[in-house]
Amino acid sequence: MAGPVERDRAALTPPNALPRWLVPSVALVPAIALAGLYFLPLATLLTRVIQPSSIGDALRLPGLGGVLWFTLWQALVSTTLTLAIGFVPAYVLARYRFVGRRALLAIVTVPFMLPTVVVGAAFLALLPAEWHGTARAVIVAHVFFNIAVVVRLVGAMWVVLPTDLTAAARTLGASPAQVLLHVVLPLLRPSLWAAATVVFLFTFTSFGAVRLLGGSAHPTLEVEIVRRATQLGDVDGAAVLSILQLLALGAVVWWSARTQRGGALALSGSSESRAARSRRERVGVSVTAVFIAVVMSLPLLVMASRSFRLGNRWTLTAWRTLGDTEVRPGVSLGVDPIASLFTSLRFAVVAASISIVVGGLAALAIATARRYGALLDIGLMLPLGTSAVTVGLGLLITFDTAPFDWRARWWLVPLGHALVAIPFVVRALLPVLRAIPADQRAAAATLGASPARAWMAIDVRRVLRPLIAASGLAAAISLGEFGATTLLSRAGIETMPIAIARLLGRAGELPRAQAFALATMLLVVTAVVIVGVISAAEREGFFSARRS
Amino acid sequence: MKARTLCAAGLIMSLSLVGCSDDKGHGTVTMLVYDSFPTKDTPLNEALADFTRDTGIKVRLLTAGDAGTMVTKAVLTSGNPEGDVMWGVDNTLLSAATDGNIFESEPVQVDFGDVCVNYDIAWFAEHELAPPVTLDDLIDPKYADLLVVENPAASSPGLAFMLATIARYGDPAWEQYWADLRANGVEVAESWDIAYYERFSGAAGSEGDRPLVVSYGSSPPAEVIFAVPPRSDAPTGVSEGTCFRQQEFAGVLRGSDHPSEAAQLVEFLTSERFQRELPLTLFVYPVNEDVVLPDVFTQFAVVPADPFTVDPAAIAANREEWQDRWNEIVLR
Repeated sequence: MAGPVERDRAALTPPNALPRWLVPSVALVPAIALAGLYFLPLATLLTRVIQPSSIGDALRLPGLGGVLWFTLWQALVSTTLTLAIGFVPAYVLARYRFVGRRALLAIVTVPFMLPTVVVGAAFLALLPAEWHGTARAVIVAHVFFNIAVVVRLVGAMWVVLPTDLTAAARTLGASPAQVLLHVVLPLLRPSLWAAATVVFLFTFTSFGAVRLLGGSAHPTLEVEIVRRATQLGDVDGAAVLSILQLLALGAVVWWSARTQRGGALALSGSSESRAARSRRERVGVSVTAVFIAVVMSLPLLVMASRSFRLGNRWTLTAWRTLGDTEVRPGVSLGVDPIASLFTSLRFAVVAASISIVVGGLAALAIATARRYGALLDIGLMLPLGTSAVTVGLGLLITFDTAPFDWRARWWLVPLGHALVAIPFVVRALLPVLRAIPADQRAAAATLGASPARAWMAIDVRRVLRPLIAASGLAAAISLGEFGATTLLSRAGIETMPIAIARLLGRAGELPRAQAFALATMLLVVTAVVIVGVISAAEREGFFSARRS
Repeated sequence: MKARTLCAAGLIMSLSLVGCSDDKGHGTVTMLVYDSFPTKDTPLNEALADFTRDTGIKVRLLTAGDAGTMVTKAVLTSGNPEGDVMWGVDNTLLSAATDGNIFESEPVQVDFGDVCVNYDIAWFAEHELAPPVTLDDLIDPKYADLLVVENPAASSPGLAFMLATIARYGDPAWEQYWADLRANGVEVAESWDIAYYERFSGAAGSEGDRPLVVSYGSSPPAEVIFAVPPRSDAPTGVSEGTCFRQQEFAGVLRGSDHPSEAAQLVEFLTSERFQRELPLTLFVYPVNEDVVLPDVFTQFAVVPADPFTVDPAAIAANREEWQDRWNEIVLR
C-alpha cells in the first residue's frame, strides 16, 4: 500500500538511525510519572487557589526584592565555592587508589544525605558565635552539604576520563597546570555544569540550612514560601512565589542544559585510577585525604559525641534507653527507633527502585532523543526546584476522590523521595551517555548489529555502571529526606529523620541525647549504604574502570 | 483471615468495594494530629485503645505535619477532609480554621498550657541577681544580653510571646517594647530547639550562655523527668508575668464519613480517662477538672494566675502584619 513512500523514506533515513518507536517508548514511563505526579498536582493547586488578585498581592509583598536578591547571590556564591572546593576531593578520589578511599568517599557523601536539622545543630556548635545568623554561615554550610554532589558527578566523569590523554599532554611538555586548564577541565565540563546546576538548585531552594544558620534576617524564597503556606495559611501567595521560583530556576536549568549539550565530548581510551607513585605524590595524596576527612567529619563527630553526653558525663544511657517505650514510670516518648530504622530502609529500597527505573529510562531517552530530550530533562529537574509544600498540597487536593484517593497512602512517601532522587540519577547518567563515541555504535553496526541492538549493547550497557552508583545515591537521599515527608500526611509511619525531629522537639536532656543517638544511627546506616554500593560497584570493576 | 476471605468473596460477587477496606471500615475514625502527638506506645495511645474496647470504634491516627500545616491542609480539603476528627488547633490558628469552615460543629477545648520566659536558676543564684518576673523587667538594663526568643514568623512559642507583648502593651505600643528589647540585647533564634538547647544555659547539657529563654510553663517538669541521673529539683524556673495562654481544640471535621462515631471520640477526648494522660505525654494541662495532676507538675510547672491572651479573630486578622512589623523592628 505505502510501498513507494516507504522506500523513499527508507532512502532518506540514515542506515544507522534508531527505529522511530524507540525513544518515545523509553520516555513513556518517565513522562507519565512526571505528568501525573508533578504537573497535574501543581496545575490543580494553581487553578484552585490563585485568583487574579493573588499575583499582584504576592509580588507586592514587602521585602520581596531583598529576599530574591539574597536567594540569588548566596546561591551563586555557594555554587562557585562548592565547585572550587569540591574539585580537590573529586580529583583525589577519582584518580588515586589508597587505603581508606571508600571511607573518605563515604565521609564526603554522608553530610549531603543527612537531614539538616541534625547536622545543622552540630554545625552551629562548631561555628564561632559571631557567625551565627550570618550569610557566611549559610554559605559555609552549603559548601559542606553539597560537596558530595561535586565529588559524585564530577568524579563519575573523571574516572572514565582517559589517562592517556593527560599523559600525552605531559609528554608533549605541558605543565600540570596547563594539563588541568587545557585538557582536564574542558573534558570535565559537562559534569562540572551538571554539578553546578544541581548545587545551584539546592542552594537556591535551601530551607533547613538557611533557617538554622542564617537566622531570621536572611530568608530565602523557599523559606518565605513555606512560611506563607504553613504558618500564615496564605496558600495562594505561596503558590505565586513558588511559580516565581520555578521560572527563575527554569531559566537557569534551560540555559545549563543547552550549554551541556553543546559541550559534550565523546571519550574513548584507557582510564585508570592508581596508587600514588613518587614520594611527593604519596605525601600530597595522604595530606589532602586526611585534611578532607577531618574537615568533613568534624560536625559529624560533634553530633555523635552528643549522644554520649548526659548530666555532664560520658555515658551510654541514651543508647541503652533508645528502645525503651517507658523512660520513667508512666512516661513514654512514643518513638520506636528500631521500627523507624526499618521503615526508613524499606522506603529507601522502594524509592531507589523507582528512581533507577524512571531515572534510567529518562536518561536513555534524553541522551538518545534528537529534539525533545531537553524537555524531559528540564521537566524532571523541576520537582527539585519546586517547593515541596506546593507539590504536597497539590497531591492532596488532586488525588482525593475514589478511585484515586491516595491521601495518606504509605507509598506516597517513598514516591516523594524518588521525585527528589530521579534528577540525580539522570544527572549521574547523562554525562556518561553523552560521552559515548559515535564510532562505537558505527563499529557495532559494521559488525552486523541492527541500530536498536547496537543501542542495547552500547548505550544501555554503558549506563549500568553509573546506575549502581546512582541507586545508592537515591537510597541515601531517601534515608535522609525530611521536607517532603513531613508534609505528607502519614498514619503511624515514622522515618528516622522524623523520629529524630520529634525527639529534638521535646524539653529534657534524655530525649535530646536520644535524638543524637538516633541521628548517629542514621549516619552509620547511610554510610554503610554508600560504602556498600561503592564496594559492590568496585568489585564489578565499575569505578576503577579497569575494563574500559 | 477468614473475614478477609469472606470480604474478598463478597467483593468478587458484588463487585463492590464498600466495607472491605482494612483500615477505613465502618468502625474506624481517623483523627488528624500534629507532629508531636505520639502515634503509639504511650499512655495516651493506651487511653485510645480503651476507647476502642468500650465502643468498638477503632481510632486511626493520621499525622498531618506541624499545627500550621495541619490547618492549612484542612482548609484546602474543607468538606472532603483527610480524617474525621482534628486534634490540636490552638487559639492562634482557631480563627483560620473556623474561617476555612473546616468543622462540622463548634470545636471543644481539650487542653491548655502557657508560653513563658524560663530562667536558669543556677545562673541567677551565681550572679546574685533576682530572676525577672514581668515583661517590663526584660527591658531593664540589669537583664541586658540575657534573653533569647524565637522568631514569631517561624516558631509557635515565638508567636505566642509576641502576642503576650501585644496583649500587655496594646497595638501599636508593643512596637516600642520590642525596640527597647532589641536595645537591651535580645537574641533571636529560628526555632524552639535551637533557642532552648543551643542558646539557653539552663537546659541540662546545653552549651548556651543565655540564662533566659522563651519556652513553656511546663518545661521545668520535663527537665526533672528526663534528667540523667534523676534529680528531684528543677534547674529552671518560670517568669510568671511573661506568659501567653495557649489553648488547644478538637472537633469533628465537616464532610466526615462517620460523624456520629467522630462525635463520640471528641467526647472521649475530654473525659477523665484520656485527659489524665495529657500532662506527662504532651506536657499540657487537662481541661477536665476531675483529673489529678501528677506531683512533678504541681511541684515544678507554673500556671500563671493571669496569663496574657489575644482574641483569636484579632490574631487571624493581624498576624501577618504584626509579624512583618516585628521583622522590621527586631531584625532589620
